[in-house]
Parts: sequence; C-alpha cells; structure tokens
Amino acid sequence: MAEHTYTSRRELDQYGFHPAVTLLVPVAAVLLQAELPKLWGRFAILDLPLIVVIFFAVSRRSPIAGALTGTFVGLFQDGLTGLPLGINGIAKAIIGYLAASVGFTVDVDNVINRVAMNFFFCLLQSALLYFIGRFLVADARPLQLWHELLRAVCNTVVAIPIFYLLDTFRRRD
Amino acid sequence: MDSFLARFKNSLVLIAVVLLQTIGLAMQVPRQSDALGGRPGDGKRVSQLRFWSAAIVTPLERLIHGAGLNVRHFWSSYVDLRHTREQNHDLQMEIARLREEQASFAEDARQGRRVQALLGFQQQYIASTVAAQVIGTSGSDRSRLVYIDKGSKDGLKPDQAVMTQDGIVGKLRDVWAHTAQLLLINDPTAGAGVILESTRIRGIVRGTGGGQVEIGNLTADSRIKPGERVITSGGDGVFPRGLAVGMIESIRPDPEHQPYTAITIKPAADLARLEEVLVITGTQATLPPLAQLDADTALASVKRAADFASERLSGVHEGEAVNATDAPVVPAIGVNGNPALPIVPRPQSALHPDRYTPGSTPRAGQLTPGAPSTAAAKPETSPQF
Repeated sequence: MAEHTYTSRRELDQYGFHPAVTLLVPVAAVLLQAELPKLWGRFAILDLPLIVVIFFAVSRRSPIAGALTGTFVGLFQDGLTGLPLGINGIAKAIIGYLAASVGFTVDVDNVINRVAMNFFFCLLQSALLYFIGRFLVADARPLQLWHELLRAVCNTVVAIPIFYLLDTFRRRD
Repeated sequence: MDSFLARFKNSLVLIAVVLLQTIGLAMQVPRQSDALGGRPGDGKRVSQLRFWSAAIVTPLERLIHGAGLNVRHFWSSYVDLRHTREQNHDLQMEIARLREEQASFAEDARQGRRVQALLGFQQQYIASTVAAQVIGTSGSDRSRLVYIDKGSKDGLKPDQAVMTQDGIVGKLRDVWAHTAQLLLINDPTAGAGVILESTRIRGIVRGTGGGQVEIGNLTADSRIKPGERVITSGGDGVFPRGLAVGMIESIRPDPEHQPYTAITIKPAADLARLEEVLVITGTQATLPPLAQLDADTALASVKRAADFASERLSGVHEGEAVNATDAPVVPAIGVNGNPALPIVPRPQSALHPDRYTPGSTPRAGQLTPGAPSTAAAKPETSPQF
C-alpha cells in the first residue's frame, strides 16, 4: 500500500536564525568563494554567496528579508571584484525576493525542489547578470550558454549538501 | 494609501532596492568608461565600500594563507625530506648555471644598451621590486583580480606593474595600507602594450570575458605565426619594455571586429596558480648595480678567455718552433750572421701536385701576356667521369 505523506502549514512556517549565523554564514561564503579559486581556478564557477542567499530566503520566507539579504551579500561580493558596485547586488536582491516568494508555495525541504530551485535561480542570476552588464554598464561580453548551464549544474551539486548543513542552524520562529 | 503600501510592501521594497542600486551603477559607469585604457576610477564612496569589503575579508584570508604556509612549511621541513640532498646538489648546479647565463645576458644587455643609446632609445630597467604573496581572489570568474599581502606601507602604488619570473601578470588597482588588488592581464578591463618579438609588430593585449588574453587591434598579417613570443613594448607607461607576456597560441579572424584578427596569447605566467609575485616599484634608465657588476664580470671573463686562448695559441706555435729547432737543417743563426727569422711551419709536399700546389705556378715576372698556359699549370691527368 502506498504511503502518503503531506506537508502541513505548520511545517511551512517561517524559520529564523541566530544573529551570529545571519552575519557569519554570508561572510564565510564570500570568504570561501575568494579562497577556493586560489586552490584551483575552476572553482570560480561556483557562487557560494548565491546559495546562501537562496537558503536564507526560502527559509525565512520573507521577500523583504530575502531582497535585503541578497542586496548586502551581492554588494559585499561586488566590493571584492573590480566590477561596478551593484551588479551582483541587483541580481541577488531579485533572486532573494523570488526565492522567498517560492518558499511560500513549495516544500523547500524536499530535495527535488531544492535541486530545481537552485538550478533555476542560478540560471536566472546568469541571465540577470548578462542583462545588467549589457544594458546598465555596457559590458559587451557574450552570454556563454553552455558555460552558464555548467555553472548552474555545479552550483546545484554543491548547494544540496550546503543546504543540509545550514538546516542545522535553523530554528522555528 | 496605507492599504496600498501594506499590500505592495514587498514589491515596493524590491523596487526601491533595485532602483537605488541602478542609480548607483549609473553614477559609476561614466567613471569606468572615462578611464578606459587606464585605471578605472571609483568614486569616494565606492572606494570606501570596496575598502570595507576588503577589510572584512583580507585579514581572514591572511590568516588562512598563513596557516596554509605553516602546514606547508611543517610538511616540507620535517616530513618531506626525502631526496633533499640530491635536490640541493641539483639546485646548486642550477644556480651556478643560471649565474653564468645571467652574466652573459647582462653582457648582452650592456651591448644592447650601448646600441640603444646610439639609436637614442630611452630604456627603462627594473630598479626595485617588492615580493608579495597572493592571499585571495575576487571569487568571481567575471573579474580576474587577486589580493596580495603588501600595500602602501611597503611602497606599493596603484598602476605599478606586477610580474613573476615567467612574465607579466598584471598591474595594481586599489592599494590599501597592507593589501592591494592586482588586476590580472586576462581581465576584460586590463590591457598592456606589446610587441611581437620576431616581426616587431606592435599591439595591445586585453583580457576577454572567458579569461583569455588576446591582441585584437591587428589586421591579418601572414608574418604573424603561432608560437611567436610576445613581449611588452613599454609604450603603455606601466610595464617596462622587454618583459615576457606570452606566446601566440592561435590566430583567427574576429567576426565582430572585421578586418581585425583575434590573436590569442598563452600567458607566460600561470595566471590561475599565482602564489608569489614581484611588484615593480621603480625603474631606471641604467642597469642596476648588481647587473652592472655581472656585466663587468662577464666582460672580464670574456677578456680572460681571450687572453687564455691567445696564450694557448702562442704555446702551440712555440711548441712547433721548438720541434722545428730540433731539426738539424734549421740554423739558429742566419747565413749572413743575422738572427734567424721565426720559423713558419711549411705544408708537406703534395703526393699528386697540380696547378694549385704551392710552387707549381711560375713567377709573375716569367709569364708572357697572351701566351698559352704552361704545362706545369695544367693538371697532369684529365678528369675521368
């Protein structure tokens, strides 16, 4: 007999985090993001801050918090690059907002949903960065579709264990 | 109104956040465009934000880097000591060989300097450098930028050239007290004036979005071949002339910028695995004292070699003379009582004399203009095929 499961509204409640976690996890993500390419240049394809933004957004389920988290993490990331400030800030603010909105409608603890979410948001961020670069800062670099697909796959693979790791810091509000 | 704000609170916050950042971007873009080909100029507030971002991350990076170095040092000093003696011997030999090479290069440089002085060139030699270690990266493949552990306290300034022993790697961007940003040459905003070593064609290398280094301002030229070395031209005012940039990897038409070609360069330095770099903090128009010393040493050794060779050669002649004096037919005193001339070795007599054999040709005074050649001048036998 098939086993039926359901997700109650209670389980869909918002989660909160200790302020230290809210502060240190994004910093750790940006730090790791800066250190990993030093070990192997190809690690630059990852975007750990994006994964953290998605995780906090879907866990808190607050679009405002998601947008603000995305903005701060994105600006922090921009500050370390030579790019104009705001490129990642805008992209991640939109991602944070949308991820929080998605968190209302789907069970974000389901691994398949997590895979789909990370893959989609990573591709969306690539598209956003392309459009921001093209139309706001006149960056003429072409969109490398296969590279961006590969980036989405790599980030999704890395995101799943990170999500499970960060689940341990969640606390029910 | 309150209900409208409450209803669209989330969307309004997002719009406000995006709008603010868009305005911020719009204010930065002219500064970036104005500085094309030079250092991208940031506003004061943007610089402050960059400073704080770096101030949060770089101490941690420094810590991680230091810990990594300690682990590596422990491993190399106490654990991985096998073959150290052989390696030491090999390295000593390598150093000796390199010193010889350096001395000869210094002499070449000195000669080149003399020629350039004659031609009126203004050559810049590297006078002082500061060694630095790479402690972190920008973390993005859209921005090829790394952080080094030296800053303005160590004498670094923006726009100073950075190189490794293999070739140039980039130039400094933002410099803070103890940290500096190094913009790599494969970043799309980086550039350097170069010259193709054998064809002497000048160009500008730039980074691409894919992290490659390209020359994009040259039209198709059959003389440009893959494998040709590319060196700095010194025309950009950042990199001293003559530093290795890389080697031409491929040449293809650039469909977006016809009739130009996209010449891809393989950088001489491994930009993906940078650990130690040298920041060029000063240049000068003459050779540095150490190189000058090496050049003088090389010159002296060349002179010594010439003296040694002449001594050896004179010894050969003296030996021959001694052997010759052993022969009874050579008198020590001339027939008329004068001292004998130095004995010149004479060739042995030919087995089959011909017209080329010494002594077979009659003296010029004995020859008659227009007369047929003598039998002695003719070969004894006609060639047989």
